[in-house]
Amino acid sequence: MPSNEPELVRFIQGNEACVEGALYAGLEFFAGYPITPSSEIMEHLARRLPRRGGKFIQMEDEIASMCAIIGASLTGRKVLTATSGPGFSLMQEALGYAVMAEIPCVIVNVQRGGPSTGLPTQISQGDVNQARWGTHGDHAIIALTASNHQDVFAMTVEAFNMAESYRTPVVLLFDEVVGHMRERMVLPQPGRIALVERLRTSVPEGVDYHPYLPREDGRLPMSDFGGVHRYNVTGLYHDMWGFPSDNPKVVHGLIRHLVDKIENNVDAIARYKSYYLDDARTVLVSYGATARSALHVVESQRRKGQKFGLLELQTLWPFPYDIVGEACGRAKQVLVVEMNLGHICAEVKKALNNPRNVFLINRIDGVFISPTDIRQALRLIDGRGV
Amino acid sequence: MAIDKYLRERFFPHMWCAGCGHGTVLNALVRAIETMGMSRNEIVMVSGIGCSSRITGYVDVHTLHTLHGRALAFATGVKLSKPELNVIVPMGDGDALAIGGNHFIHAARRNIAITALVMNNRIYGMTGGQYSPLSGCEVLAATAPYTTIDPSFDVVALSVAAGATFVARCTTYHVKEMIDILRQAILHEGFSVVEILSPCPTYFGRSNKLGDAAEMLRGFKEDTVPVGSAAKQKNPELIERGIFVQKEKPEYCAAYEKIMQKARSAAGETI
Repeated sequence: MPSNEPELVRFIQGNEACVEGALYAGLEFFAGYPITPSSEIMEHLARRLPRRGGKFIQMEDEIASMCAIIGASLTGRKVLTATSGPGFSLMQEALGYAVMAEIPCVIVNVQRGGPSTGLPTQISQGDVNQARWGTHGDHAIIALTASNHQDVFAMTVEAFNMAESYRTPVVLLFDEVVGHMRERMVLPQPGRIALVERLRTSVPEGVDYHPYLPREDGRLPMSDFGGVHRYNVTGLYHDMWGFPSDNPKVVHGLIRHLVDKIENNVDAIARYKSYYLDDARTVLVSYGATARSALHVVESQRRKGQKFGLLELQTLWPFPYDIVGEACGRAKQVLVVEMNLGHICAEVKKALNNPRNVFLINRIDGVFISPTDIRQALRLIDGRGV
Repeated sequence: MAIDKYLRERFFPHMWCAGCGHGTVLNALVRAIETMGMSRNEIVMVSGIGCSSRITGYVDVHTLHTLHGRALAFATGVKLSKPELNVIVPMGDGDALAIGGNHFIHAARRNIAITALVMNNRIYGMTGGQYSPLSGCEVLAATAPYTTIDPSFDVVALSVAAGATFVARCTTYHVKEMIDILRQAILHEGFSVVEILSPCPTYFGRSNKLGDAAEMLRGFKEDTVPVGSAAKQKNPELIERGIFVQKEKPEYCAAYEKIMQKARSAAGETI
């Protein structure tokens, strides 16, 4: 039951909003390795987690961090790690393991400029495709993002909920500006946002338990390590008991299951915000910190009577093609505002019948894209000169 | 036999080559567990990738077959999350000390109560006989057709230096000794390392003309001596086996319990 007590207002960094969301969702175990611009997440959790009986460990690198949270998740805990681009690269193999072995976990990537060491203290959104395809092999993934601290909080809670619902790793793809900026956030009372808890098997001791046999609704009830069911977990293709198999039927069935459980639920996983889209002739599509500048432009154009609208994506993967198609299909032009060389722009083009009307407005120099930048790009696209 | 209940017999015969020592390790390991009467539900076995790592498939406990070199990192998550579980990590020499070397020294440094087995056959068997960081100099391998120039780690010295509080070595020839050492390692309250010399007649033996499995085992008998033996002083080439270090130091999960108490008593000073 939601409490009637007043909600707590905080003035905090985006990274702290993520910490609040994770604790609200029931985080019990964090493993990580320091890296700019995400370190505040682990610093705050180092203080907060032990107070509530949670476990915190600083590992020897990001590979170990990712592995440790998978191990902890198998004992029944809600788990998190946080990093930035270079660390996210190191985590990819184990992230694929979590996909394959269907281990719920949440990975935060507070994006900075890349490739390589890149621009450690400056913004980029260059890891969108790495979140999608960073680990090897066919797979599906869930990646969420947010443009303000209230949404960072909400999306972090959503990430934990989706990780449990779909037994999958979920990537939170924030960026340096949202991570480090300070703004107001209202901390919801416990119970106000519904939480998804670990679905545990009801199969009693002594009865054959199948950790990898989906129920009719597609969910796979788990059994904690240390419990009465002893089974195998592996990164190899495996049967319903978790034992390795290279039987083509088993292999086909598993890869279809891993992909379908996400791709068949695109609508349920899609989170987005619509601003003035009903009659918009020019639609901006953006996400993360850049959506703030995009919204500023849309609102100022509206005040001038121009029919601008904004689709702010919060679920980046699985990409909500139908929702983007619906939101942008009637627009004269679609402008994708992002801080990379067009990761989401390419997906928006795939979603639309007329991809020639889709333009990329970007900055790739570590400087946050401003409303002025967007307006200048608009003038060029309209052929009005600089 | 009472040890049968610790085995997943439906997967036998096992996949290891004839003469491989890893089956002997499996045998000794379940016998060590059996002597302690541990519940299968309180044991988690975590392995990486390689011939050695397939051992987890045959044991009826909670088993986690992970990534190459990363078993100790996964195991650290399991153990810290639920310290009441007994966590055993069988690894190969390449798995533990090449790709997994960093995790190995850091797990030892933390003194987290995990039992790490290094099943040392001085070769990468699963991938076809390439040399490992424990092959040593002047041996032949698939990737050393003109012999190796890479010196090997001394697992015992490395483990001690890194902070492990129980360090032992044994061989698949000395099975009763191995059972006893494994039992003590599992009971030890801290990070324990047991290096087990295990023959690979298929690759290491064949490429280095060491004879068949029986001859390689005879080699373990002739080339090793109990730790502290006078024979070692006369012949430094001999390899010592037995328990090298067994000491008490604060264990990581127990130390973390104290941190939680400290954090709770400090709570309230800030939000």
